[in-house]
Amino acid sequence: MNDTDHLGRPVVVVTGIGVITSLGQGVEANWKALTAGVSGIKRITRFPVTNMKTTIAGTVDFIPVDEISAPALSERMADLVVAEALATAKIGPDGDFPGPLFLALPPVEMEWPQRMGLAAGPNETVTYADLLRNAGKPENARNYPRFLFGSVAENLAVRFGTKGSPISTSTACASGGTAIQLGVEAIRRGESKAALVVGTDASVNPESLIRFSLLSALSTRNDDPAKASRPFSKDRDGFIMSEGAGALVLESLTHARARGATILGVIEGCGEAADGFHRTRSSPDGKPIIACIRNALEDAGLRAEDIGYINAHGTSTPENDKMEWTGVQAVFGERAGAIPISSNKSMIGHTLTAAGAIEAIFTLLALQRGVLPPTINYDTPDPAVPVDCVPNVAREAKVAYAISNSFGFGGQNVCVVVGAA
Amino acid sequence: MDNHDAVITGIGLISCLGEGVDAHWAALNAFQPVVDATSFPGFPVHPMAPLTLDKQISKREQRQMEPWQRFGTYAAGAALDAAGIKGNAALLSRMHMIVAAGGGERDYAADEAIMTGLPKAADPDGFLNEHLLSDLRPTLFLAQLSNLLAGNISLVHGVIGSSRTFMGEESSGADAVRIACARIAAGQGDCFLVGGSYNAQRADTLAIYEMGHTLWHDGFAGVWERQARGGGMIQGSQGCFLVIESRAHADARGAAKLARIRSVATDRSTRRPGEATANARQQLAALQGTYDPASIAVISGASGVAAPTTEESAFLRELGLPVRATGNAIGHGMEPSFVTNLAIAAAAVANGTLFPPLEATEQPMTGPLKDMLVTSWGHWRGEALAHVSSV
Repeated sequence: MNDTDHLGRPVVVVTGIGVITSLGQGVEANWKALTAGVSGIKRITRFPVTNMKTTIAGTVDFIPVDEISAPALSERMADLVVAEALATAKIGPDGDFPGPLFLALPPVEMEWPQRMGLAAGPNETVTYADLLRNAGKPENARNYPRFLFGSVAENLAVRFGTKGSPISTSTACASGGTAIQLGVEAIRRGESKAALVVGTDASVNPESLIRFSLLSALSTRNDDPAKASRPFSKDRDGFIMSEGAGALVLESLTHARARGATILGVIEGCGEAADGFHRTRSSPDGKPIIACIRNALEDAGLRAEDIGYINAHGTSTPENDKMEWTGVQAVFGERAGAIPISSNKSMIGHTLTAAGAIEAIFTLLALQRGVLPPTINYDTPDPAVPVDCVPNVAREAKVAYAISNSFGFGGQNVCVVVGAA
Repeated sequence: MDNHDAVITGIGLISCLGEGVDAHWAALNAFQPVVDATSFPGFPVHPMAPLTLDKQISKREQRQMEPWQRFGTYAAGAALDAAGIKGNAALLSRMHMIVAAGGGERDYAADEAIMTGLPKAADPDGFLNEHLLSDLRPTLFLAQLSNLLAGNISLVHGVIGSSRTFMGEESSGADAVRIACARIAAGQGDCFLVGGSYNAQRADTLAIYEMGHTLWHDGFAGVWERQARGGGMIQGSQGCFLVIESRAHADARGAAKLARIRSVATDRSTRRPGEATANARQQLAALQGTYDPASIAVISGASGVAAPTTEESAFLRELGLPVRATGNAIGHGMEPSFVTNLAIAAAAVANGTLFPPLEATEQPMTGPLKDMLVTSWGHWRGEALAHVSSV
């Protein structure tokens, strides 16, 4: 492998990974479950689901945090996946990571337990004026940094000693891909020899679940949670909200080689494109999806025929899976139906902000270990989406290059090209 | 001069001072505080000036947004207009966007009904779920998501080359500009739309900052003046977007260049005494010899919060340059505050003069102005310094 790519830029490699999903903690536990076709989706027990249309999710319930909130659990999971990634990469002394932090983080907002903690008034009716009057009490001070947008990244930067101003990014369901792209670009610019990339999301709380539910985005197959996420199946009916985190240590190949690091895979290129069609729906012509995949291939210096596996966005919504197929078909032509395209979301659900990072890690593992994770629950093929989705059972395959797709609400699309080490 | 210089070719700016660079320039030269002390008693804010939203956003699209997104989408459109690229589909389809964002407004009436009813409900959890399900507008979520300001700009103005949203209070705006300029310098893009917006007239966000005891509760007082009385922020509603291009790209399309962004440095510290100053000194040292001290001044983004503002004030005194804390005039605008101050700095170097002091302790400057420094010390975290010069 050359130290520079087809455009003379530093080649960017992955030397450390860490992951948590509803399937468990750690790369090995996740890979074992993922390739065995196990589902992490279950009934929600974190809070009462009375009156809710969707009562299942891919929650991470095995990581204890004090005073659970989306930023608190997101931060704790990020801590753990970064620690795992750094242990694999063996880079830098403890607490002194030699590069910047790029964090994909869900939007931060005070949640109902904290809001109710401020809601007490002298009158029959409680108003925001009461909330403002109570907010300054000393017992609320801890909630101030907790519900700032910058505090998760700040705390991670302190703990792991990353360099410079940490960047928190949100491109909805494409955020993890955006964070990887920011890291790749920084190394290519020569700003840093290494970058720490994290995607984390712990948004399963009543209001977030209801918000997605009101948009009719979620599956309502509550009776059999493990069967609810059915990407590419004709009877798919929505995505499953899920939690998780993924961390990647990115380095220039030169830097990794010089310190004798084990190279797990290569980030060959990234592509992005925005969609101006609708807030939640893709352009019917698939143009932005097509553009983002083509941009990624061009950035990687690869042709469509070089790609041997597609880690799909594959959310299991009627709309997404159809549009993704339209995009894949346009880019890959007659070969589209013959390229294995599997969706991790069939097992881990949609980890939203974290999905791009977690699924890039699974893509890299597929190349490294020669096994393609399956799309489970594929019982009823959709004639409109004739994909080889690696149905139900993992498949051995030697693949040199793969892509991982991420498409977000708000029209933000990212595609990452991963190469074998 | 370098083809990869980052130059500003369009500014869209709205605040309590009005709309557009000219209105801001005029108001800064005849400064009168514009403060709303009554909407949130005890929590003064600088309110957004009245806007004719229809100029930039169709009625239909306005209905899908709350004020935060309207401010940003409006300012983005104004920046594209100013740069002469509004409606230029070929250019907009390859234009990159980086937005600095917090989150959107809530349904305050729905929240208040829940806050009132929940403590008395027999089944509080069931009550919460039922009311959220029945009272929330389905599309409100899309007015709240951080990345949907960018989404609206793609939808309304057709900026679709790429779209990224940074979060993290003041730092997000500084890093958005830094990344855009770094990408231009490295050839990773040549035409960017960068900015954000902030709605200060919101009880839910005021409550967050009040929990941290960071707000000013008294009548209007200057950013520096407040320090003798414990300090605190008076927040301001703002929307600001910049079109930033490589010099070569701007020249090739014959665009007027307002100012050059010579450097943007950002960093963080845990804010033990002296740490923010150490970062600022390092950022300043990197600019050694790039400007003439006789023709440079500082736009300070000081928030008014005691510890960082007092420390920044001492740092600026050491520099001995004329300083203007724009928080006096437009309030502290969080995510877009750095971008807004960069826009004001660009206007100043384009005019070749500095506006008069905004507070008694600021020194006048009558000589010609060629360069500006812009500081952004976040109210909690993050230290940034930019250098803007005439083109």
